[in-house]
Amino acid sequence: MQPVATTFFFYFLAGLTVLSGVLVITRKNPVHSALALIVALLGQAALYLMLYAPFVAGVQIILYAGGIMVLFLFVIMLVNIERSQREEQFNKQWIEGIAAAITLGALFVLVFAKSKSLFPDRAIPMPEGSNTQQVAVLLYGNYMFAFEIASLLLLVAIIGAVVMAKKRI
Amino acid sequence: MLDYITSYLKSDTTPGQAGNLLWALIYILLIFLGLSVAVIAMNWLERKILAHMQVRLGPMRVGPHGLLQPIADALKLLIKEDIMPAAADPWVFWMAPILVVITAFTVFIVVPFGPTHAVTDMNIGVLFMLGVSSLSVLGIVMAGWASNSHYPLMGALRSSAQMVSYEIAMGLAVVSAVLMTSLNQTGTGTLSMIGIVQAQQAQHIWFVFKFFPLGLIAFGIFAIAMVAETNRAPFDLPEAESELTAGFHTEYSGFRWSLFFLAEYSAMIAVSSIAVTLWLGGWMRPFPTWLSGETWDLVFSLIPGLTFLLLAAIAFLGVIRMPKHPYFRVQTIGLAGFGAVLGLIGLILLLPPVRDRIQDIFWFSAKVALSMYMYIWYRGTFPRYRFDQLMRVGWKVLLPLGIGVLILTAMAGVWL
Amino acid sequence: MAPIGTLHYLVVAAALFVLGVIGVLTRRNVVIVLMSIELILNAVNLNLVAFSRIWGLHGQIFAIFVITDAAAEAAVGLGILIAFFRNKETVNVDEVDLLKW
Repeated sequence: MQPVATTFFFYFLAGLTVLSGVLVITRKNPVHSALALIVALLGQAALYLMLYAPFVAGVQIILYAGGIMVLFLFVIMLVNIERSQREEQFNKQWIEGIAAAITLGALFVLVFAKSKSLFPDRAIPMPEGSNTQQVAVLLYGNYMFAFEIASLLLLVAIIGAVVMAKKRI
Repeated sequence: MLDYITSYLKSDTTPGQAGNLLWALIYILLIFLGLSVAVIAMNWLERKILAHMQVRLGPMRVGPHGLLQPIADALKLLIKEDIMPAAADPWVFWMAPILVVITAFTVFIVVPFGPTHAVTDMNIGVLFMLGVSSLSVLGIVMAGWASNSHYPLMGALRSSAQMVSYEIAMGLAVVSAVLMTSLNQTGTGTLSMIGIVQAQQAQHIWFVFKFFPLGLIAFGIFAIAMVAETNRAPFDLPEAESELTAGFHTEYSGFRWSLFFLAEYSAMIAVSSIAVTLWLGGWMRPFPTWLSGETWDLVFSLIPGLTFLLLAAIAFLGVIRMPKHPYFRVQTIGLAGFGAVLGLIGLILLLPPVRDRIQDIFWFSAKVALSMYMYIWYRGTFPRYRFDQLMRVGWKVLLPLGIGVLILTAMAGVWL
Repeated sequence: MAPIGTLHYLVVAAALFVLGVIGVLTRRNVVIVLMSIELILNAVNLNLVAFSRIWGLHGQIFAIFVITDAAAEAAVGLGILIAFFRNKETVNVDEVDLLKW
């Protein structure tokens, strides 16, 4: 299948994702921030689709946008107090924070510029119709141990979150 | 131009696979129109069927037997005043119904009406459908929050807690069905919707009957979870009028409320399509192996036309039983015209070239319509669950049952 | 325009990462700090999946594990937030200073 208008879609989706990221960190109202994060996550899922990773895109939509963000919205509703929206939004050391982030960004730019040869543009021809099957073969083959540990981690996280949020243990 | 159209009609892939943008857009337009007609029909059918179950007549005035009632409702909703609470969050208030409608409609990209009649056949079709319907929870939470009042907030929180809980049971039931697709030569299953129906075709059995009773229990779990997922009776505490004054869509009026209404019915049709595809054989006709052969194929291919002729006969029966009073003349003529249109459609569906093409779409739609009738039947029969009972059923009954069915299906698949 | 290669995706991931770092370092609302952490994890995921296009499917497997871990961490983090909010009615990071000398 021929990809259609790849350049347009990439720039549109990348712009949407980065713009939503900017909105996440600058909005006063945490609900608006959460909505911007949802848009960023959905844009990222579309970028995964462009990278021929449909399974990861599906997992991102179900888990991240449909699960984690619902959790965030619930907690925002529980702890949202009007007072916090009228206070100062950025803390006292915001200049140092931005300076650190700009230094990090400059480091990234330096790395990208110096090592263009390390990012070859050859792409493995991956058959499009069987991404899920290949991911499954790897996940239940090579990475079986990590898979089981991840399930144990989720169990521990569930119990931990329930104990933390209870009123009385 | 003409041979472009005919060359497409003879193709054997979906428009998405063929990369054909024009036909994909035409399919999307057809889906929009079909969904609108289906939602309008569902509105009328729900009120009439509920009424007849409760030994009363339902809407009878607006058109003959209330057939124009949905149009009157739609007009009323469109011209109603659009109220926004003063302290509501305008952005979020505006975005919530749009998000719910978008997620309810996007699901139909992968719904297969036939082996090539889907907009596209994604490799992760089932995963995509589950993911996009889990996004509608976000819209409901946003709606309840943005209304800035107690009842919508409580309704939204309860509704989203319920939907998230039953999504897990749905997911486990879906995994059981997808496991059954891998019982073929290569041992590879598939998540694509068309692939699942083709697996049922290859194994000559609907998955609801496979490994009896495991397929049936999995279908039952999904059937219960899908009713809870779409906030319909008996799980409609979050939006019932006697409990929470319409829950999360209390503060919405006019056009925005009709968007929620549209999204609810579209979501019902969407999860019914998942159930039909995964368990009830998708577009296959009933009894593909018991009653096989040329004559049975012919008999089953006549059923679409005969169904519409039966509906036309019922309409004409209604015409005969209309009161013979001058005030009822317009209604009588209207009903007779409606009956004539149905009869014409029935006759067209009996023609051989149309007969062969319409089989897949008709059987799929018939099964989805049966599922819709079950929805209305549940609403008329069961009392409402209390919220703690609802959560208990979701977590303590359906979830262990789903895990049990999954393990037993896997064992049966390996050893049988 | 040049055809879209790996470098384009890496630049987007780097931008998201820097935005997440700014969010963590400068915002006062705990929930928004947690959301910025999610942005950082997403940037890492995009990097992994972009490279998996070149070097094989292992990147996608790792991305799935990162998403799983992000879910667990978000749940525990928000649990801690609720527990703290119950004691002191604030969501301000600057006021989490009970153990300060």
